[in-house]
Amino acid sequence: MMTKTITDVICPFCGTLCDDLTITTDDEGKKILDVENACAIGAEKFLHASDHEHRKTRPRRLQEDGTFKDITYDEAIEYTAQMLATAKKPSMYGWSSTSCEAQSTGHEIAELCGALVDNTAAVCHGTTLVAVQNVGIPSCTLGEVKNRADRIIFWGCNPAHAHPRHMSRYSIFPRGYFTGKGQKQRKIIVVDPRPTDTASIADVHLQVEQGYDYELLQALRAAVRGQEISGDIVAGVPKEKVYEAAEMLKSGRFGVIFFGMGVTQSLGKDHNIDAAIMLTNDLNNYTKFSIIAMRGHYNVTGSGQVLGWQFGFPYSVDLSRGFARYNPGETGTIEVLKRKEIDAMFVLGSDPGAHFPMQCVKEISGLPSVAVDPHITPTTEICKVHVPVAFVGVEVGGNCYRMDNVPIEARKVVEPPEGMMTDVEFLSAVLKRVKELKAN
Amino acid sequence: MSEYIIKNGKVYDPKTGIKGDVSDVCIKDGKIAEKVSSKAKVIDAKGMTVMAGAVEVHAHVAGPKVNEGRNYRPEDKLFTYKPTGKNTRMAGGFSIPTTFKTGYEYARMGYTTVMEAAMPPLYARHVHEEIKDTPIVDEGAFPVFGNNWFVFEYLKNDEMDNVCAYISWLLRTTKGYAIKIVNPGGSEAWGWGENCTTVNDPVPYFDITPAEIVKGLLTANEKMGLPHSIHIHSNNLGNPGNYETTLDTLKIAEGVKPNNKFGREQVLHHTHVQFHSYKGDSWANFESGSKEIADYFNKNKNMTMDLGCVTLDETTTMTADGPFEHHLTSLNHLKWANVDVELETSSGIVPYVYDPNIKVCAIQWCIGLELGLLAKDPMRTFITTDHPNAGPFTRYPRIMKWLMSDKARQDMLKGFKNSDKVIAATNLASIDRELTMFEIAQMTRAGPARSLGLYDIFGGLAPGMDADVAIFNIDEDKVKDPEDIEKAFSAASYVFKSGTMVVENGEVISNGNKRTLWVDAKIPMNKQVERDVQMKFLKFYSMNLNNYEVSNHYVPNPYVIEVDN
Amino acid sequence: MSTISINLISGRTIQQGASMEGGKDTDKYMKACGIIEIDDSDFKRLEIMKNTNVRVISEFGNVVVKAVEATQGPHPGVAFIPMGPWANSVTSPETYSTGMPTFKGVPITIEPAENEKVLTSIELVREKCWGDA
Repeated sequence: MMTKTITDVICPFCGTLCDDLTITTDDEGKKILDVENACAIGAEKFLHASDHEHRKTRPRRLQEDGTFKDITYDEAIEYTAQMLATAKKPSMYGWSSTSCEAQSTGHEIAELCGALVDNTAAVCHGTTLVAVQNVGIPSCTLGEVKNRADRIIFWGCNPAHAHPRHMSRYSIFPRGYFTGKGQKQRKIIVVDPRPTDTASIADVHLQVEQGYDYELLQALRAAVRGQEISGDIVAGVPKEKVYEAAEMLKSGRFGVIFFGMGVTQSLGKDHNIDAAIMLTNDLNNYTKFSIIAMRGHYNVTGSGQVLGWQFGFPYSVDLSRGFARYNPGETGTIEVLKRKEIDAMFVLGSDPGAHFPMQCVKEISGLPSVAVDPHITPTTEICKVHVPVAFVGVEVGGNCYRMDNVPIEARKVVEPPEGMMTDVEFLSAVLKRVKELKAN
Repeated sequence: MSEYIIKNGKVYDPKTGIKGDVSDVCIKDGKIAEKVSSKAKVIDAKGMTVMAGAVEVHAHVAGPKVNEGRNYRPEDKLFTYKPTGKNTRMAGGFSIPTTFKTGYEYARMGYTTVMEAAMPPLYARHVHEEIKDTPIVDEGAFPVFGNNWFVFEYLKNDEMDNVCAYISWLLRTTKGYAIKIVNPGGSEAWGWGENCTTVNDPVPYFDITPAEIVKGLLTANEKMGLPHSIHIHSNNLGNPGNYETTLDTLKIAEGVKPNNKFGREQVLHHTHVQFHSYKGDSWANFESGSKEIADYFNKNKNMTMDLGCVTLDETTTMTADGPFEHHLTSLNHLKWANVDVELETSSGIVPYVYDPNIKVCAIQWCIGLELGLLAKDPMRTFITTDHPNAGPFTRYPRIMKWLMSDKARQDMLKGFKNSDKVIAATNLASIDRELTMFEIAQMTRAGPARSLGLYDIFGGLAPGMDADVAIFNIDEDKVKDPEDIEKAFSAASYVFKSGTMVVENGEVISNGNKRTLWVDAKIPMNKQVERDVQMKFLKFYSMNLNNYEVSNHYVPNPYVIEVDN
Repeated sequence: MSTISINLISGRTIQQGASMEGGKDTDKYMKACGIIEIDDSDFKRLEIMKNTNVRVISEFGNVVVKAVEATQGPHPGVAFIPMGPWANSVTSPETYSTGMPTFKGVPITIEPAENEKVLTSIELVREKCWGDA
């Protein structure tokens, strides 16, 4: 069989946004035969996409009896446009697993309909964004880590499971310009309530008591500043280990803190991140240090960027009064669902059905709702209309932003199933119809 | 396409030499025309001022640090938001407006071409996405070269051919316009937490000095015959006594003759010179060095400058001078953001409050204006605020007011809390020069356009040039109150962009059809540079080479300036 | 057999990620995420066999999952359910005015439920939304 090989393919799974995948397809460019250089999750994404037999290829509408009936794209466009145009306060949520071009089109619809636009930072790094708004953030690109870093901290994150190629592409193993010895010249600290698989390659594992990261961060700050820590144990960690960690960090010449859900989602929330950023600031008085958030979805960062330059805020944007407002504890999707304040739900490029607390999922299921997703997910199965679309990064290209905000354009490597729309095509059609409805 | 004839207005156009005479301006097919038919729409500009659309030579309006500024300062949006309009998207932000607001506000002030001051090549795609979402104004962006590892190595090895090939390649790859140099060498040193504060401080490891970097890029720029000259933010920004570093930097260009086919007459453009004109050796004896700097510029006619005037607002500083921003946060303790970019540059952001009651801020305010008033050649001295560093670009009309009215300046000086100390440390109180409307046109239209090598297209009203025209409701001879100046320039009566009316009565009525300007220097890649690029991407960059180039998708309406070699 | 109180966290695993990309309506996804990882010492407290089903109960809901041995332990006192609808049947929607739910650090009780079934993600979410939750 003749095959085609496509190199430099961007993987549309996580914020690591690897761009060195090689995809082999059949000669017609219809089926993916092999994926090289991806992690297990990325490989699965590409291979599963090609399995057209298990893909829904046309929109479906929920019936009274809980089954779905196929409808046309035109009918789905009409339902969506009507829903958004007539709602008083619709939510347009997700955006993290699609391209910037799609996000931008969605925003035009949101502006016309006075929607609440929010992305998955709402349940991921939203508290990071709030902390940055309080204290700023000293950071760098991942290539700087590769080329200079000799001190790495993974705080409340487990890249071995969530960003599998991060350590080999950027943070632990690469031999960069000033880091020719690779792992040998890097010291790694992992802070986690569990001895995770990531911790197994660390020099030091601080097994923090779950939920007490704030105390440990502040204690580490004190130790870095040469102050004394009172008591023998801080957050489950013996204070000697805290002093040792501080010395290890200060003795490096370029350090980076990578952090994740362990500190963004647990109690303390944005205050945890505030403390971690302030620790980075403090360390910059002794050596060079940066901090980088381990963003989850491959384009949640992009959603924050597009929302930022178009509206001025990175997530939880409320357009319902005709101008943009922002107050995550109030305008965030979780809170407005709990308060039953929205009257229509549009989900694209994420799966709140699986990843929101169940109380919020129940709210969504009671609303007029549309889920745009190539997959069948807990969200699609409780919304009123499910619109399947092409996979961005597999069947259609588009711009994406990596966890360090570097933009990389994802490619199309295979054709989508016959007749399937892309996010941009669907949203453009909805936008056109919404403009007609609003003009009347 | 529409024809217009603008009648009865007082025209100020350095290109055609009209200095306020009442003159007709004709627009046809998107260009200034000698004449138009009787079907032309008549715009009666009686009692009004007519100029070409203004050209912004340096502002931070599109890109990763601008957006980080937006996202990390939600407070910057408070009380600023305008809801969706008939022809406009909702728009907000004071010191870092959203991209829609940026386009609208520039257009309302009669600005029709804007240059984004600093583009980190790795993030070029982001800059272009924002440029695409900035309505009306044509835009270009300057990639930064002064801390680039390829540039270091080629210049260190004296490989001028290679550095030219690389620069040409990078301009094409990033769709960039000119060679921008920010804190040469110092932002790479910042990768280790260090800096270069004089032109002779060697860059750690790379062992090249800022002077060598500037000299090398200056030589390359002239060898390549690029439309703009090197555009430089020299070392030691913001520190008392730094005027000496500035002079050391400028001296590198002394006597060098420009080489280009674009009408450019300078070999070096120094940006936001206000921040680089400080005397004294501490904040206690901080004083204005504007005389020394202005003298030098007046004598050396192969250089241009933009002012970087302080507007005395709460604003946001953002620059590719990473170490400076860290220094600034240690002074004012406001939130600091920083991004170091592999192999290329660094950047920092810190909010800043220029309080007129603080002596240092008031002195900075004086320095910016002094530089404008001491300049003998307004064609080589441009009005900017290094937006948003010294203040938002929306304050340009206020700066024009201060430059045109001694009374307005004296009122400000008298109102400062430390008025006596400020006056003692500066020259402004004794300068009574008032810039004329024609000189303002030189400083905001003709001068910047010429320095960018675009004077055949923008910045003037000669037939054949783009029909970018702005009409303001003000008559220079009838100004009673300096506030009239600020009012008139804040909201033009009419603005045309490429012959389309985009602003009427101060309101945006059309989004126009903006273009992205970039320079194709047409120097072919040579095998050595090709290999060097491949090797560095393979080993040191975190992105694959084949994913680096900004594809045409991000530049939907390109305006390519080609260099004949 | 006993009931124990313990602290719950949720998060990503490779199996959760890969099975999710293979389709959330699959058995594979249920097997990857319809589980709770418990430390040896907490199994002893629970007094049940490994790989049997349990009911996890919090202030916010309850769910049946399979109790398995911790794969990244020891972590006595902490239980782990991979992120997904099983975990989110019991995680906290309380955001403390930050907008961010508390997916990590939820007090739960675990009781044996060896005769009860683990539902697929679709069955689970539909039951919680439309059935008797």
